[in-house]
Amino acid sequence: MDQVQLARASLVAIPLILLALLILPGRKAVRLPLSIILGIVVALGLAWGMKSGNLTYMMSFSTMAMIYAILSLGLNSQWGLSGHVNFGVAGFFAIGAFTSALVTTTMPIGALAAYSQQAFGLGQPFLVGVLAAGIVSAILGYLVSIPVLRLRTDFLAIATLGIAEIVRLIFQNERWLANGPQPLRGIPQPLFCLVDKPGCSWAPHWLIAWLQPLGPRDYSFVYSMIVAVILAVIYVLLERISRSPWGRVQRAVRDEENSAAMSGKPVTFYRIESFVVGSFIMGIGGAIYAHYVVSIDYSHFNPLFATFIVWVMLMLGGSGNNKGAILGAFVVWAVWTGAQSLVDLISPALSLISPDLPSRSAYFRWMLVAILLAAIVLYKPEGLIKERKRVSDFMKGSAKD
Amino acid sequence: MSMEKSAVLEADVPSDPSAPRPAARGSLTLQNRSVFSAVLFLILVLFWVFGWLRGATFGDLLSLTIWGIMLGGIIALGAIGLTLVYGVLKFPNFAHGELVTIGAYCAFGIMGMLPQGPALRPFSFGWELIAAMILALPIVAAVALVVDRVLFYPLRRRNASLVLFAMASLAGTFFLRSVIYLIWGSDFHFYYPGRANPALHLPFGIRVQADQIFIFVLAIILVGLVYLLLEHSRMGKAMRATANNPDLAQVRGINTERVIAWTWVIGGALAAAGGVMYALASQLRPEMGFFLLLPIFAAAIMGGVGSPIGALVGAIIIGIAEQLSASFLNPAYGPAVAFLLMIVVLVIQPQGLFGQSGK
Repeated sequence: MDQVQLARASLVAIPLILLALLILPGRKAVRLPLSIILGIVVALGLAWGMKSGNLTYMMSFSTMAMIYAILSLGLNSQWGLSGHVNFGVAGFFAIGAFTSALVTTTMPIGALAAYSQQAFGLGQPFLVGVLAAGIVSAILGYLVSIPVLRLRTDFLAIATLGIAEIVRLIFQNERWLANGPQPLRGIPQPLFCLVDKPGCSWAPHWLIAWLQPLGPRDYSFVYSMIVAVILAVIYVLLERISRSPWGRVQRAVRDEENSAAMSGKPVTFYRIESFVVGSFIMGIGGAIYAHYVVSIDYSHFNPLFATFIVWVMLMLGGSGNNKGAILGAFVVWAVWTGAQSLVDLISPALSLISPDLPSRSAYFRWMLVAILLAAIVLYKPEGLIKERKRVSDFMKGSAKD
Repeated sequence: MSMEKSAVLEADVPSDPSAPRPAARGSLTLQNRSVFSAVLFLILVLFWVFGWLRGATFGDLLSLTIWGIMLGGIIALGAIGLTLVYGVLKFPNFAHGELVTIGAYCAFGIMGMLPQGPALRPFSFGWELIAAMILALPIVAAVALVVDRVLFYPLRRRNASLVLFAMASLAGTFFLRSVIYLIWGSDFHFYYPGRANPALHLPFGIRVQADQIFIFVLAIILVGLVYLLLEHSRMGKAMRATANNPDLAQVRGINTERVIAWTWVIGGALAAAGGVMYALASQLRPEMGFFLLLPIFAAAIMGGVGSPIGALVGAIIIGIAEQLSASFLNPAYGPAVAFLLMIVVLVIQPQGLFGQSGK
């Protein structure tokens, strides 16, 4: 095992440890050391056993899946926790992505300014951008929720779909805001210096020496580590709040709105709160996406990629269950990416049917995901992992429902 | 008024879990139909003033208004089908926009097989477009029936929640759109590429294409037929009864599944006609139905869910607002204008213009 593989393994280990913590049962005292050992062992095994190209591909795959997992968690705190039908995930995703892009980039200067326009560029660090993205998206969610959340469920679905379209239209047509229909380029990648040549100025010598064999092509390892940590933080926080009294009220409002209101809970207020929480998380998802793909434009945030597929993920994984949301994101993203290679395989057969068909074969994936969603709705509406009924943590029997 | 009221397919039954929230009723003081109509009228006047301030002439604004009425005719064809389905089946069918697209593309496909005759001047199209449109209507109606059988019928059997219906319609949307992409690709198409379509010059500096007049007249005829069907046929009566209370209708010996099937047939055929008209006025593209979806929903909600006359009125208001807004806004924001009007409606009077008022 050489130095490159060891350095990669050390980066892969962190998401794996978090994954093990998520999956393994048992008490915390046992789980933590077990997860660390397991994570490190598997990371070493992967770095040693897999071809370097495959490993890089796996990392970029799981980075995208984790970004979708964040969106899916955000949707879960709206739909799963309190029953808001938000068909406008794309809008909040886009707001988050563009906000973080504008906050972290600097204004284009010189010849570049002729090609690229943006309203402002603050040049702030990554975390500031992510936080700003969440806050702006939450503000949008708040503004939307005031008129709309009083309405019936079906009107909320239509209204959120409309909001996502309007957000997309704005980013498509307003050149001054974020370079109009052209992509907004050069979004900085956090911790890129770890894999770049002189190394980060703040990093201790041993870290620079350790990561020294890695090149810019290994950046997906660094970024997937960052995304994994953010995803883990969001997951833990969501689990905490959904178990808290606040989460209980949310579920009460969802299931029995009238009796929640009779118990003196300000129902509308609670509904707005959970919508804002979900918007905040979706905004963060958008920011993380923007820093991953480096250049974004309005077309990334269409209803298919940013709303529909997230719903499929959440419905498949299990509405109301945060673990299900993450599982659904990985499964659906695997189906989505896997379907492309499947379609590529059968494309010679397709060209026999019609010469145009292979160039349009990408749309088979749409069809596949649509069929998947229809199948979930028809045959398994509760998803792979059912929502756990939580009556009380002290009633052992009732939890196993 | 009483005649209009009887055309309403009531959307809300008292036991409906999706009835307006208690909070929504108390806080709204403007729940008055005439005030609401005045607000809508005021918005349109305001749009005229904005356009005039931005330097549009009287003739321009008048032309835009008339184009808006024409666009309203197209929107109405979609909105009536949507509002019928919404009224009878009680869920927002997001796949309705795709029925519009399929109608347009079916006619396109059929036209390719028909011999092309000369244009029927002053219109830009020949008889083959009309023939293709008439052939496309039953095809799209059949597509709507199949979608209902496969997706919504099992959900009805299970008494599934509204959200599952909405999700299923979303799945239907993307399935149908992927079919269109696979058959016709993602490029734009025209029924008559490159054929000139000069505008007629009417008094007051109004310029209108003959096609636009045809579109509007056809829309009015179809809407009238639907109105007659609902008012004066047994099926229409059964449809209204089913919308009002499905269980009671069934007890009284109405075959609700047949009623639902007819609702889809009418909705699908109207959507197909709307699609052909829309594609004639602009171009064929796979997303056209999705672009039309927001105005269609806005019109259906503005008119009051379940009311075909309301959908027509709402569609014309939405159409005028969209076209007039082009005089002071980037025309790309047309759907946004429709959407904002819809939000205004939802906040001021969620039952819409002709909907069943608060129960």
